[in-house]
Amino acid sequence: MLRRLLKNFRFSVLPVPGRLIAVIFFAALFIIPLILPIPPYHMLVLTFTCIFAMFAVSWDLLSGYTGQVNFGHALFFGVGAYCSALLHKYLGWQPGVTIPIGAIVATFTGVVTCFPALRLRGPYLSLLTMAFPLMLLGMVIAFKDITGGEYGIMGLPPIAATGTAQYYICLIVMTVAVLIMWKLTDAGSKYVRTGLIFHAIREDEIAARASGINTIRYKLLAFAIGGLFAGIAGALYVHVLGIAGPSTLVMTMSFQAVIWVAFGGIVSIYGPIVGVLILYTLLHFLGIGGQTFIGKNQMLIMSIVVILILLFMPEGVAVWVRNKIERECPRCKLTNAAWRKECRACGANLH
Amino acid sequence: MPLIGRLIIQTLLKGGVYGLLASGFSLIFGMAHIINLAHTAFFMLAAYGMYYFMRELGWGAAQAIALTLVGVTLLGLLAYRFLLDRVRQHIVAVLLMTIALALAFQEVMLLAFSAHFLSAPTLITGSTHILGVSVPNQQLLTLGIVAVVMVMLWLLLTKTKLGVSIRATAQDAEVASLMGISVPRTLLITMGIATALAAVAGISVAPLWTVYPEMWTPPLVMVMVIVILGGLGSTKGSFIGAFIIALVENLVIFFMPSGSYLATVFALLAMVIVLVVRPAGLFGTIFEEERL
Repeated sequence: MLRRLLKNFRFSVLPVPGRLIAVIFFAALFIIPLILPIPPYHMLVLTFTCIFAMFAVSWDLLSGYTGQVNFGHALFFGVGAYCSALLHKYLGWQPGVTIPIGAIVATFTGVVTCFPALRLRGPYLSLLTMAFPLMLLGMVIAFKDITGGEYGIMGLPPIAATGTAQYYICLIVMTVAVLIMWKLTDAGSKYVRTGLIFHAIREDEIAARASGINTIRYKLLAFAIGGLFAGIAGALYVHVLGIAGPSTLVMTMSFQAVIWVAFGGIVSIYGPIVGVLILYTLLHFLGIGGQTFIGKNQMLIMSIVVILILLFMPEGVAVWVRNKIERECPRCKLTNAAWRKECRACGANLH
Repeated sequence: MPLIGRLIIQTLLKGGVYGLLASGFSLIFGMAHIINLAHTAFFMLAAYGMYYFMRELGWGAAQAIALTLVGVTLLGLLAYRFLLDRVRQHIVAVLLMTIALALAFQEVMLLAFSAHFLSAPTLITGSTHILGVSVPNQQLLTLGIVAVVMVMLWLLLTKTKLGVSIRATAQDAEVASLMGISVPRTLLITMGIATALAAVAGISVAPLWTVYPEMWTPPLVMVMVIVILGGLGSTKGSFIGAFIIALVENLVIFFMPSGSYLATVFALLAMVIVLVVRPAGLFGTIFEEERL
């Protein structure tokens, strides 16, 4: 088992720079808090980074891979958040129980949302889905006796005693979730067919149906998976923050997922993580203090950076970097480092 | 009776402004398939322009309107030419670009005027009795502007050569190009028209609505709802959708004053119902997927 893992590492991770960077990145996330003292505020930002990374990746799976561009992803986030908060408030259940239930309810919401969405495509679908979180937001504010209205539900227990423990729980959940979603969307996989089918649905739904794929079932599946992981993210978010407020449902939350994914690179699992890391984490680390020039003009600087970067890398930062450091072998379609002259498997000339 | 009179006036007013915004949004979507989330940011800029020129610099109405209209339209053209046109092939990049653009405008206005609630001076004073209610003349003027611009837009799109080339490009850019229409130029002109429509809406509501840096978000949601309701790419649909949504909003506000924050919810509900019954909106066509 261990030997196989090592062999895999040596032959399919080491020669591909992108995969190596991903492994080093995750290892760093796990190790750095152990060796470096990190102030509590930074720890909290890192915890939120994990949660938002999961949220953004789930949007990428639904909208990037399957092509069902969802402008209301905050619906699943908010349902997961409010569900676990309400269960705690009225039944006194602990986060260990409420978070999974919140995630399941969010999955169910994803399936229900899909039914009206099945008839629509393209921009009509995007804008229909945009309406759902806003309608739920209206309901939350209308029934303020139950949901706490604008102030939200306060006093939720944290998922662990210390900030570091919370960070590790969120990190582990995020890593597992991202691995599952990466496997599910891997078009080259021999064992899981969903990746290939999601790609097929995005590229040409009619052709996919003509090839005997039950596209409705797979669209439902994509909505359910997107809902599940966004729901977990939402439930974790409110327990780390301590408050479940309407901010989990607002349009900004939905568009934030779009911004992160588009910035990092759509239709790639690592793109959203890079997007969150640059646009959320880096910004928060730079923005501390509030009196510096950057602190005051955070939003302005962010939007100008986004505009400038998009002009030069319209496919997203991560995809742009990947295309610079990796090259696909024209003969055997194996990924190689860009600086190799010959393919590492079949020896074909790469230039 | 006064209640109904007021309802009609308010619906016409709001519907007209929404209609101007939505038709511009729909025009640029139908042409270039750009979902321009910065569309209402131009509307916000125009409102600020009116405020700045009239209140802070004390200019006359004519100068202020002219400079705001030209300035905002020029800004829209520049944004299209140097930012949007370059990433037009990547749909998600366009989305991100327009959001970033709108946020940048918002932040610049925040820096320049801070987060105060402002209002531009009215262009004319006094009020008139219509339908048993007294209506400020400013509202009537806004209604007049909206009506004139609507008719002008309709004439432009149906009667002129430019309008024909715009509609041809929207239907099939490749064939339009074969017929000798310069597609990039037509797209640029359409973007100019769309931004000018947003600017006119901003100019006409600056004295009526409060002007603040985030004033572009509530109309943006409504504009998207209207455009979907009426059918993407259909100008007629946008105007009819605008009046339907304005009526729904005002009905909620008039008959449930305590639940006026639910206006948006009911407007969205109207859109969802229309979409479930007619997946392409009231007057829209389902865009054929591009198959290669």
